[in-house]
Amino acid sequence: MPMETLKETASQTAGPFFHIGMMPAAAGISGRNKQPGNTLVSAQTQGQRIRVEGYIYDGAHAALRDAQIEIWQANAHGKYNHPCDTQDKPLDPTFKGFGRAVTDFKTGAWWFDTIKPGTVASCHPRLMAPHLNVMVFARGINIGLHTRIYFEDEPAGNAADPVMNLIEPAERQSTLIARRADRDNQVTYRFDIHLQGEGETVFFDI
Amino acid sequence: MPGDPTETYIARDRGIHPPAYAPDYKTSVLRSPRKALLSLQQSLSEVTGPVFGRDELDPLDNDLLRNARVDNDPIGERIIVHGRVLDHHARPVRGALIEVWQANAGGRYRHTNDRYLAALDPNFSGCGRCMTDDNGAYYFRTVKPGPYPWRNRINDWRPAHIHFSLFGPAFLTRLITQMYFAGDPLLPLCPIYNAIPDAGARARLVAALDTEHTVALDSLAYRFDIVLRGTRQTFFENRPESL
Repeated sequence: MPMETLKETASQTAGPFFHIGMMPAAAGISGRNKQPGNTLVSAQTQGQRIRVEGYIYDGAHAALRDAQIEIWQANAHGKYNHPCDTQDKPLDPTFKGFGRAVTDFKTGAWWFDTIKPGTVASCHPRLMAPHLNVMVFARGINIGLHTRIYFEDEPAGNAADPVMNLIEPAERQSTLIARRADRDNQVTYRFDIHLQGEGETVFFDI
Repeated sequence: MPGDPTETYIARDRGIHPPAYAPDYKTSVLRSPRKALLSLQQSLSEVTGPVFGRDELDPLDNDLLRNARVDNDPIGERIIVHGRVLDHHARPVRGALIEVWQANAGGRYRHTNDRYLAALDPNFSGCGRCMTDDNGAYYFRTVKPGPYPWRNRINDWRPAHIHFSLFGPAFLTRLITQMYFAGDPLLPLCPIYNAIPDAGARARLVAALDTEHTVALDSLAYRFDIVLRGTRQTFFENRPESL
């Protein structure tokens, strides 16, 4: 049986020009098909349509305009489109569950059009409340940051959520909760990420 | 229980990664979390991740000499970059999507925000993708990127490098890194490279010239192997694929 022999390759910053490789259209490079983007749904996708939007702020409360945010989420039934998810729940063939957005070059705004995920089983008896798994990359970020987005209108689920309950002090739980902010009859959540300082977002070591 | 991940991954050794706060790399000062990271037990949310198919790639995605060609090959040293993506146990990581981006031979990126005075190359975008095969092997063809100055300390230069973004089997294996070139005299001067505290980890980002895979009268070759986090080995478990 092989034991651990190799070390993980070291991370390096994505730098300021990552759009070229990860979101070429944003860098002005055309021609790529099947590019992951910030719309995760098609007309056939099951579940409640939601928009999630926000900004990423640095320690001086300036919005980053050269960052990338990725989300990975379960479908409306709470099942991930991945072979390791053995929960007895239906897959939605129209929903991969991965999204990628870059912050606007001028304003720093980012957004996703997706569906609200279902609850997911955990190794605890309690279910994990609906959430989006998040990674943030940018110039000045030496190793990708992991966090989660939970939803304000799921108070009972959030209160029982095993990850939420690990957060100390409990006031910091609010840094992971997207606020309901509907616009134009669209279910919309606002989620700001604070890399540093007041209201610093809870980031994970997984 | 259905919520028990069927696989869990070896904990990340943060000692071989650059810390969030690396003051010689000035942008990290305001962009580094200062509170302790919250350690999570791995759940389905992290041991799963997006699965990409080969059909999502375009035929020229791994040929940067041709995928932005207008009327000529790009200017620069023609190189092949190849290697294997392995896990902690040296098992191949199959079907890993790799996205790469780089400056052209003069050190200029095809990007709205790059205003370096070196010229753009109309035949080169610096944008590519590839996917590992059943042995974890990948390759792409490009030109060697040039070094370039950047606004950090007054006279900082980036060593020649290619950016790599990798998706392994899980969201927690996601990794972005940079590949450097053996013998680059700018390496010891680079605050981004030197933010990695471990000398061995730094050295593993440097690709060696691979004379065995050069194409005579055409291209040099560089080899860059990458290690992503692997699943834990369980004693006495029958796991023939790992033998």
